[in-house]
Formats: sequence, structure tokens, C-alpha cells
Amino acid sequence: MDKPAIPNSFRTGPDEQGMFGIFGGRFVAETLMPLILDLERHWNEVKDDPDFKAELTDLSTHYAGRPSKLYFAEGLTRHLREVSSAKGLGGGAKVYFKREDLNHTGSHKINNCLGQILLAKRMGKKRIIAETGAGQHGVASATVAARFGFPCVVYMGATDVARQSPNVFRMKLLGAEVRPVTAGHGTLKDAMNEALRDWVTNVEDTYYLIGTAAGPHPYPELVRDFQSVIGTEARAQILEQEGRLPDTIIACVGGGSNAIGLFHPFLDDKDVRIIGIEAGGRGLDGIEHCASMNAGAPGVLHGNRTYLLQDADGQIMDGHSISAGLDYPGVGPEHSWLRDTGRVEYVPILDDEALEAFKLTTRVEGIIPALESAHAIAHAVKIVPAMDKDQIVIVNLSGRGDKDVHTVANMLGMEI
Amino acid sequence: MTTRIDRRMAKLKAEGRPALVTYFMGGDPDYDTSLSIMKALPGAGSDIIELGMPFSDPMADGPAIQAAGLRALKGGQTLVKTLKMASEFRAGDNETPIVLMGYYNPIYIYGVDRFLRDALASGIDGLIVVDLPPEMDEELCIPALKAGINFIRLATPTTDDKRLPKVLQNTSGFVYYVSMTGITGSALADTGKVAAAVGRIKGHTDLPVCVGFGVKTAEQARVIGANADGVVVGTAIVNAVANVLGPKGEKTADPAEAVATLVSGLSQGVRAARLAAAE
Repeated sequence: MDKPAIPNSFRTGPDEQGMFGIFGGRFVAETLMPLILDLERHWNEVKDDPDFKAELTDLSTHYAGRPSKLYFAEGLTRHLREVSSAKGLGGGAKVYFKREDLNHTGSHKINNCLGQILLAKRMGKKRIIAETGAGQHGVASATVAARFGFPCVVYMGATDVARQSPNVFRMKLLGAEVRPVTAGHGTLKDAMNEALRDWVTNVEDTYYLIGTAAGPHPYPELVRDFQSVIGTEARAQILEQEGRLPDTIIACVGGGSNAIGLFHPFLDDKDVRIIGIEAGGRGLDGIEHCASMNAGAPGVLHGNRTYLLQDADGQIMDGHSISAGLDYPGVGPEHSWLRDTGRVEYVPILDDEALEAFKLTTRVEGIIPALESAHAIAHAVKIVPAMDKDQIVIVNLSGRGDKDVHTVANMLGMEI
Repeated sequence: MTTRIDRRMAKLKAEGRPALVTYFMGGDPDYDTSLSIMKALPGAGSDIIELGMPFSDPMADGPAIQAAGLRALKGGQTLVKTLKMASEFRAGDNETPIVLMGYYNPIYIYGVDRFLRDALASGIDGLIVVDLPPEMDEELCIPALKAGINFIRLATPTTDDKRLPKVLQNTSGFVYYVSMTGITGSALADTGKVAAAVGRIKGHTDLPVCVGFGVKTAEQARVIGANADGVVVGTAIVNAVANVLGPKGEKTADPAEAVATLVSGLSQGVRAARLAAAE
């Protein structure tokens, strides 16, 4: 494929048709098209509305606990400097964590949910539907639905319901109805299909609260904008704490909402190296991974064109990742465009490498990271020892790992 | 340029009855059985055939068509084979229009230009691609029209008068009115409302208007057919196949015969539609 032209700014997309280069768009059934246009109209009204911004900022501050801290990970930095010395390199960059794990509900997902619930309220919608993989977005959706008094239905693959039972219970406590989806392989992709089927059936009163920066336009844009608070804060914080921009920023990419949230405010800082981490699963040789941008091809699914894991006939494949939050065969369209333009590098991290980073962070920092975030940390562990001591790396710690202790215990052959 | 669809619709209009449009899933449960179903359709009374292209993630379809698509994929169906099925059918029937129906990704991966060339060569007359609204016309609709293949658009209850012209703009062959907001196989909407919607669309276009989603019985076909130019039946046909498959997918009776029996009944419905309306 031809490499797209390098734009003057990487921060102006999407265009009026919702495209980032060839990616994005509005590939939906006609029934949904008027709803998506209506959403776009409301989104355009609120995105520069000071009252809307003020309400969101107030909730973000007092309800969700923003701004999240930018934390100098001294323990991990020290450890990686020892690794560097042992290799005779004598380097090791300073590692910072953007602490999205400290947000209410335990991950970055609340940023998007608060923004969208205010939008749903403005639109006069009466009912919230959402899809979830690991359950983080489901919990965040159920949380804001409870806070604003909306009935909420969360679609979740039956496989995920089984492997994320604590989150299922949390959603139920919050008053949401969790509908297990048995179609397909019972994971996030199937949950998203089912949420779309619900939306196409309940067009009058229902707001579809998509959890990642994917789906038909304007979702990739609006989710990105709600999540960009991560990068906007991080950029100001590092300037405040270090007096300069970081050399490298790293985030994990499933659908890619925490990553685009961190990346977007840095896209035009040409000297900042930006790396997105895909789930390499059990390796890219086989089919047990979710590295759509490293091992997939552009295609059309769930309302947008983007890199997808698919076979030669255009049938979508089920990926695999140790982390349910990265277990999705596609990725947000803006990431696909950033990949093709070369602005962002996307590299895979294997299940085992993520697990090692999970254990290391827990031990040297006293922080249990989400397995998703552990993928991003694992890449820092790889590259930091070869960097200089005066260099700076920011890793997005997108969520806390309490939800993952059962999975990790299983992997380690322990019972809890 | 007239197509088989245009000619068939004109003929039925002259006969004074609506078309029976039958959807089945290509490759369900296997290629040979599916081809035998396709070949049985015209004789049983089908006027236009919708040949379903299976897709792993059919977002607008209910459980019956989802399951049929998965059976077809499990049976090894691909877009190449679906086109082959059309051309094998076409070798014995040069009149019955064939409309391919499905989702965009398999076509996109096949390559739009190559797909249109091969579809034309296979005797395909029209396309219904669920996830390509008018906003995405440059993708496939306009190239298909240039190639001489009808692009049949879905209009839905959410398509209001303001939007309808946009939906109709590049539509040809016929307009497919989706009777309800929902997925295939749901319960039929209020037939009075459907009739009103058909009238509303006819106020905007001279194209025939066919109605689908929720039509399962001859009686429903008769009622819908009183106003519509065609009645589309899909889920009921797919279910007729599923009903003669055992728990392991083995055939307990001939699927082609089961489908033919159902379609014969439905065709009685459309043939009675205008008689009833005239009463």
C-alpha cells in the first residue's frame, strides 16, 4: 500500500466524511444512519460549548478524581538502570507513569463515559447500551448510568462473562443488566455486533455508548476527544515536572482509546517518539494474537475501515490475548492512519512479556497494573535500558490490575 | 440499459401482481445442497433470487441468518464459490434475476473492480450491501452502476422525507423497504404502517418498492403485497433449511424440497395479493 502523504498537522482529522485518510467512515445500515447523523449534529454543538465543558470538567474533577497524577516510577527506573549497567550500557531513561489507574472505576474508561453520558442527556435519550470485553468499559458505563439515572444494558461475550466474573458482579450491583452474547466466540467483537443489533431495534430512545475510539463516525473522534484529557494533562505535567517534553510515550492498543488519548496532544511534537503496543498473544506466526496493525489488513467492520484480523475471504477472525481488554480483531481508524503515515510505531508484546512486566511492576513499584497496561510497561522494559539517563519515557498506566488477579494466578498455576 | 430485474418487474406489473423475492444463504449447509435450493426457487414461484453472501459478523441479521452464515462458512463457502454458484444457476436459467446480498468486507477484500467484473460474468443483476449507506457511494455503488449492475438500497422507518431523496438517488432495480427498525427475522411490523411507508416512498420514486424483514407466511405476503411491488422473504426460508438439519448438521430431509414447499405457499400469497386488494 502507498504511504499516505505526510500532513502539516496530525491533529486535524477526521475530515467531514469521518475519514482519516482511507480509514474510518460510516459503514452502517441505513436504519442507523439518521441516528449517527443526529449524534454528529449534537456532538458538533457541544464540543466547543463552554457549559458542556464546564460540566464535564466538574465531574472529571470531583467524581472521577482528575487530573490523574504523572508519577515518576523511581523503582522501575532504578531497576532498569541496573539492567542497563549489567549490560555495560550505563544508561536507563527516567520512566513516568500516567496514573489512569487511580481514576474512579479504576481505568481511563470513565473519561469517555462521563463525556458520552452528558451527550446522551443533552440528546434526550432514555436508555444506555454498551459493549464490553474485560468489563472495564461495562463497569464505567454502568457507573455513569447509575449516577445519571439511566437504565443500562451491557452486552458482553459469554466467554468474557465467565473469565471476568468480578466485573459482571460490579455491573449488576450498579444496576445494569448484563446480557451474555453466545454468538460467534463470545468475545468483544460479538458483544459489539449484539449492541449494534439492539441499537438498530431501539432507535428512538437508546444511546449507544461505545467504549473505544472506533465504530462509525463521529465515535472515533468524540471518544478520542474525551480521552485526550490524558495527553493534555501529561504534556502539561511533564513540562511542569521536568521542564521539557518526553523523548518517548508508550500506550497499549486494543481498540486504542487510552492510546489515542495520550498520543493525540503529542502528535505534532515531532521529537516525541510515539509507540503503540498491540497484543502479540502467543506470537504473530499463528493466529493467537490481536496485532491487527502488524499482522492484519485494512477492511470494514463495525462501521469503520481499519486494520483487521481477517482471512483471505474477508471473514473476521477471533484474536487471542491474555488481556480481555486487548482481545479485539480491529483497532480505531485513527491508529490505522497514524500507522500508515509512520507518525506512530506499533509493536507487539507477547502474553508472557506482559505477564513479566505485570509481576515486575507489582514488585518494584507496589502498583498492580492492568494486564493491558502491562503490555505498554513491557515495551518500556525492553527499550529503556538502551536509552540515556537524561531521557524521559511516559507510559500510560491505563488501568489497575485488581480485575486480573484470577487470570494471573491461573497463568502462574496458582489457586486463590 | 435495462437489467433482468427491470424486465422482471415490468412483466409482473403487466400481470398485476407483486414479486416474490426469496433470500437464501449461499453455501448453507454446503455448496451442492445450496445450489439445489437455488435451482428449485424459480419453479416454486420465486420471481427474484437474493443470494446471501455469508459474513462472520452480520450486524443487521437476527439469529437465524447469523446461524445460516456460520453453517455456510463452516461448509467452506467463500465469495468465489458464491459467484460460481450464481454462474452454475445462470447456465440453466437466463431470466430469473439474481441479487447478491451481504456485507461489504468480503467484497472489499476481493477487490471492487475484480468483484464487479466477476459478478457480471456470473450473471449477477443487483447488489444489496447492508453496510454501505449513500454516504459511502463512492466505494461500490457508483462503480457497480457504471458496470451495469443494479444497486438496491435499503430504506427504513428512520429514513425520513428529508433523507429519502439521498437514499433513492443512486438506487436502481428496486427499493428495499425494511418494514421495521430491527434485525432480520423479528416480528412483522403493523401492516398499515408498512403500507403507508410504501406509499410515502412511491411519492419520491418510480422504482418498484419491495418490502422485507418480518414476512414469514403466505398470509403476510398477501397483505404486504397488496401495496408493495414485491415481498421479500428470508428468515423463513433459512429456517426451512435449518429445520431439516439434525444436531450434527446432517440432513434429515431434502432442504431443497423443504424450501420449495414453503416458497410455493408464499407464491400463492403474492398471487392472491391484488385479488384481495380489488375486493
